[in-house]
Amino acid sequence: MIRIGNIPVAVVDGSGNQAFTGNITPILHEIRHALTRLADSGEPTTIDLSGIPFAPGERDALLERLGQGEIQATLQALGESRLYETAYPGVWVVIHKSPQDIELTAHIEVTRVPALLTTPLDDVREAADALAADLAEPTEQESA
Amino acid sequence: MTAETLLTWARGSAFDWAIGIFVFGMVLRLIEVLSLGKKPDLAEGRGSGVKGGLKTIVTRSIPRASVFAREPVRITNGYVFHVGFLLVLLFYGPHIEFIENLTGLSWPALPGGIIAGLGMITMASLVLALIFRLRNPVLRHISTVNDYLAWAVTLLPVLTGYLAYSHAVLPYTAMLALHILSIELLLVVAPFTKLTHMFSFALSRWYQGYQAGYRGIES
Amino acid sequence: MSDNKTLGEHLRERGVSRRGFMKFCAATASLMALPPAMIPAIAETLQNARRPSVIWLSFQECTGCTESLTRSHAPTVESLIFDYISLDYHHTLQAASGEAAEQAREAAMKENWGKYLLVVDGSIPQRDGGVYSTIAGMTNLEMLQEVAKGAAAIVSVGTCAAFGGLPKADPNPTGAAAVSQIVTDKPIVNIPGCPPIPVAITGVLAQYLTLGKLPEMDHLGRPKAFYGQNIHDRCYRRPFYERGQFAETFDDEGAKKGWCLFKLGCKGPTTYNACATAKWNEGTSFPIQSGHGCIGCSEPDFWDAGGFYKALSVPIGDAAGAITAAAAAAAAAGLAAGAVNRYHKQVAQAAHEPLKVEELSREEKS
Repeated sequence: MIRIGNIPVAVVDGSGNQAFTGNITPILHEIRHALTRLADSGEPTTIDLSGIPFAPGERDALLERLGQGEIQATLQALGESRLYETAYPGVWVVIHKSPQDIELTAHIEVTRVPALLTTPLDDVREAADALAADLAEPTEQESA
Repeated sequence: MTAETLLTWARGSAFDWAIGIFVFGMVLRLIEVLSLGKKPDLAEGRGSGVKGGLKTIVTRSIPRASVFAREPVRITNGYVFHVGFLLVLLFYGPHIEFIENLTGLSWPALPGGIIAGLGMITMASLVLALIFRLRNPVLRHISTVNDYLAWAVTLLPVLTGYLAYSHAVLPYTAMLALHILSIELLLVVAPFTKLTHMFSFALSRWYQGYQAGYRGIES
Repeated sequence: MSDNKTLGEHLRERGVSRRGFMKFCAATASLMALPPAMIPAIAETLQNARRPSVIWLSFQECTGCTESLTRSHAPTVESLIFDYISLDYHHTLQAASGEAAEQAREAAMKENWGKYLLVVDGSIPQRDGGVYSTIAGMTNLEMLQEVAKGAAAIVSVGTCAAFGGLPKADPNPTGAAAVSQIVTDKPIVNIPGCPPIPVAITGVLAQYLTLGKLPEMDHLGRPKAFYGQNIHDRCYRRPFYERGQFAETFDDEGAKKGWCLFKLGCKGPTTYNACATAKWNEGTSFPIQSGHGCIGCSEPDFWDAGGFYKALSVPIGDAAGAITAAAAAAAAAGLAAGAVNRYHKQVAQAAHEPLKVEELSREEKS
């Protein structure tokens, strides 16, 4: 009888292998062009990393290459999202996760600030109303 | 009929028929030639016929200097075609897998990019060969439908193979089906055209070389 | 049942923030393989979209497609979509059974006649009046024809519904057919695969919800967003194919180094699907990444395409038999032809009359 222990199983480390597709360099060039465009005309660019074929570990290698910049933010809405600027200012990484902590999307945004970080105008209006309503309510101190 | 079913047919019964007709036709022609026999040579030989035969099979692959000097471009083009065609046929990974499946033999493959380049060179040499044929009045005069047919069925597998590799025209499934079908066309046509030379070249060279070798003269 | 609230209103009621909604839209765009630049437009339409009624019919199938869907790796998006479509009938997932289930189907059909979306998984047996698969005493064939009449569009999920699949494999004992062979007067989108990639299913539903119409399709009725590229073109092992580096067996050096699986029968070059980029099991991997060639499950008649372990360039019939038979026949014919040729030679030799010099006469010039 064959037992599982008799089957030779070798765990192969996928990181740093030579099986990369060579897609990193073209993406870096795409980012370079997007940066020039952003600087010249202010036009932002978004690259969806989920549509690009990567070998195991290759996407991590790309993100490692881009590095970590000065700003890092998390968004708590329908699960956690991580937004950070890379070592190249203007190049942002936006990773959305579900409430189960499973990655939904990974984008590279070449922009001065990701749209998701700016407060929606409707929220600002609602905030003004909410604060006004709060102020109209007598606080505990005043009512005391 | 979809491209998928066409491919399954091309790889299945169509190939069986094509290879069957090819083998039948080729073997029949070779046996016919061989069974004609030759008259026994009653004169005592001055050299070895076998040696002469084997030698000639090889040496006839190299052109005589005097002949080469007359038409260097056309002869070189012939070499380019034959070498290119054989390299593409024998050193592309999927082709090796095909040969291994039929014969059990296999060897390392060349990179696809190199094969694609060789394929383009092979096609260019075929086009050039056609131009030579059409521009030379004598060649054009003695050319028959058979010659043009042989040219076309040789070009098609290279062309469809290149297009399948480059994913340039049609989805790969359809192009691969056409590529395999074009090879099947070549297989079916080969025994009945001058393409029989893929085997008979050795026989005729052997015959010439044997005769010369037996008599102890140069072939 | 569908009501008049828009998706935006539903989400707001559920306490989803505007940023959360934008995130949902980004995920949806990614899911549908739409360019990120379209996210604002998607947000705009999704905000005002109304949830459609969906009726899901399971016929001659193995439930693998539903399993795939419920194990989808983007649960937030799926759960949101399933909150905002109204799945009115799915006999595997719904709580009701028997009469009650069939009544739910009939009620949903009546209420949304002409507007509901029909999802089908499984093929439909046609032989012997379709008796090989029935639900509540009704053949699959009858049920499909009845429900299809009031559908706005049909989504064929899985290779069985899309192309006939395994039940249709040679010799097709039940006369299994694809949905598109039976219903010809409704827009149909095929989402083949055995099973299909979950996001391909939800992506098409999301697109229907967002844009109110079926996506752009290829010649086999598959959405181009997911089936527009072949596995081979998107495969991370493609560079090995180009370099001519192939695994020869499943455990040789080449296999361990992750070389191309073409020679082991990988059907990546002729298979159109999103496995290489969308991947499976929460984006972990896909068959080629775990060392097994693609079997081509999203293509018509993949089961009868000559075996999963035969390379695409290899003949799948009986070539050896054909060669042997042809050689034997040729040998026999060749020997016979040789005998005939020799006979002719002998006859010619026998008939040969030697010519003597005296017999020669000069031809007179006239």
